[in-house]
Amino acid sequence: MKKSRLAAAVSYAVLFVCVICALFPYLWTFLAATHTNAQVFHFDYTFRLGTNLIQNYHDLLEELPIWNNLFSSLFVATVYTVLVLLLDSMAGYGFAQYRFPGRNILFVIILAAMMIPAQVLMVPLYIQFSKMALTDTYAGIILSGLPGAFGVFLMRQSMLSFPRELIEAARIDGSGEAKTFFTIVIPNMKPALTSLAILSFVNQWGNYYVPLVLLNTKEKYTIPVAISLLAQPNFDINYGALMLGACMAVLPIMVFFLIFQRNFIEGMMVGAVKG
Amino acid sequence: MRTGMSYKRKMKLAPWCFIGPFLIVFLLFTVYPVFYSVALSFGTYKAGSVKFFGLRNYRYLLSDKTFLQSILNTFKIGIIQVPLMIILALVFACLLNSKLVKGKGFFRMAIFIPVLIDAVSYSVIFSLLFNDQGFINNMISRLGFTPASWYTNPWLATMMIVIAQTWKWTGYNTIIILSGLQNIPSELYEAAAIDGAGRIQQFFSITIPLLKNMILMVMVTSVNGAVQMFTEPNIITHGGPTGSTTTVMKYLYDMGFKNFNFGIACAGSYVIVLIVVVLTLIQLRAGKEDAA
Repeated sequence: MKKSRLAAAVSYAVLFVCVICALFPYLWTFLAATHTNAQVFHFDYTFRLGTNLIQNYHDLLEELPIWNNLFSSLFVATVYTVLVLLLDSMAGYGFAQYRFPGRNILFVIILAAMMIPAQVLMVPLYIQFSKMALTDTYAGIILSGLPGAFGVFLMRQSMLSFPRELIEAARIDGSGEAKTFFTIVIPNMKPALTSLAILSFVNQWGNYYVPLVLLNTKEKYTIPVAISLLAQPNFDINYGALMLGACMAVLPIMVFFLIFQRNFIEGMMVGAVKG
Repeated sequence: MRTGMSYKRKMKLAPWCFIGPFLIVFLLFTVYPVFYSVALSFGTYKAGSVKFFGLRNYRYLLSDKTFLQSILNTFKIGIIQVPLMIILALVFACLLNSKLVKGKGFFRMAIFIPVLIDAVSYSVIFSLLFNDQGFINNMISRLGFTPASWYTNPWLATMMIVIAQTWKWTGYNTIIILSGLQNIPSELYEAAAIDGAGRIQQFFSITIPLLKNMILMVMVTSVNGAVQMFTEPNIITHGGPTGSTTTVMKYLYDMGFKNFNFGIACAGSYVIVLIVVVLTLIQLRAGKEDAA
């Protein structure tokens, strides 16, 4: 009995240290957003609110159109997520519920392409987008992310287990293929769609490499690109303003997370088991 | 109500209608660029088209010390970071799965939170935490040690990136390993306990073998993540000091989009793809042999 008590105490101790390590940088960032430059690096202020929040906000706005950047991030991530859900669930359904020549080879090719890191294709994509006049547009960022095969794979897995009899019954009732898909199959795919939506949104929100390469107008920058601009060496900005920018990047995702907490973690797990 | 098309034809056409939109995007923005960049890796980009000149880009890369150094740097970070993170994730997952611990929901959520932040923001935050006068050094000097110069010592700069990456991704891997742990039937442990196996013995003879696939998968994704690391070195250390944290991806970004040397950047990309494929195959092979 004593032994298991000790074990429990050690377990809690380890977990608490881990939780503190996980949360501290967030707390520090929120507090630093209210600090002056001197306060950011002053130990006595580490756990205290500073006095400089409003000044930091003004400084931030002077360097960046931060609300535009926030809009860019939201817009790109939302449109991207909607398109991923549509394209991937359709393709997943096509692969899961129909037999057609070349199906397996095609699926393997799409999966094999997952081995190619997206960043690796940035040079040819950049050239291609220049020719299509899609550099410095949101469309370029969104299009470059759409061919990811993970969502097709995830949706195919979920749709394989969808009862065929339901689809057959709908066909006999005279429902067209598209109508069957949108009114019978899709409403039953909510868990998989939620997981995919969360993964896509978070990934696109944090996307740095692609918008960094494609965008060159300050107003269009997504939040990560905008913040990385401020963090360049020799850039003369106060650190409080920089941390305020980081807060603005983190808060929307945090809100999103707190609302969908259960789906979030389960979505990640689903992604792992099926991937 | 059937329209003009026969049922058979309709069923032949339907899958292509469903797959079509994805397929078009896939062909345009993955397949075409793959072929284009293979071509470009054997030449240079001039006035809107590719001028071929054979293997010059590859030869240049293999003799470029900065490139070879960047591969070495990437390995150095990965070899420390991946095992460290997986061991931590394994420990946390076991604790979160233990009957002794209550309030699992809270711990699970808290551990997961670093996954949410975007790569740029957390890199900026860590670069300030590790600043010469930053929180970490303040703590170190409070504890009575000499503050470290994280940005001028190559090893410390490497460690800084290792710490940052581990902070961000341990929670993710914990959650994944935890989902594997939850699939292990508890009867196995009960049976082992009856047979007199201690906790540590149970861990090595039940948990690890049954988790093998899960750990393998976590390893493959972590290694690939390490190989592709760009944001942290680009923002925290800017590749320095003296190029000691320039990763392959950082090198390729600078080559492609600072020097605009597209041909060399493409050739380098394929060196990375090769590394990713080889490493993945080695890990999968090792996983299989272990099972046999």
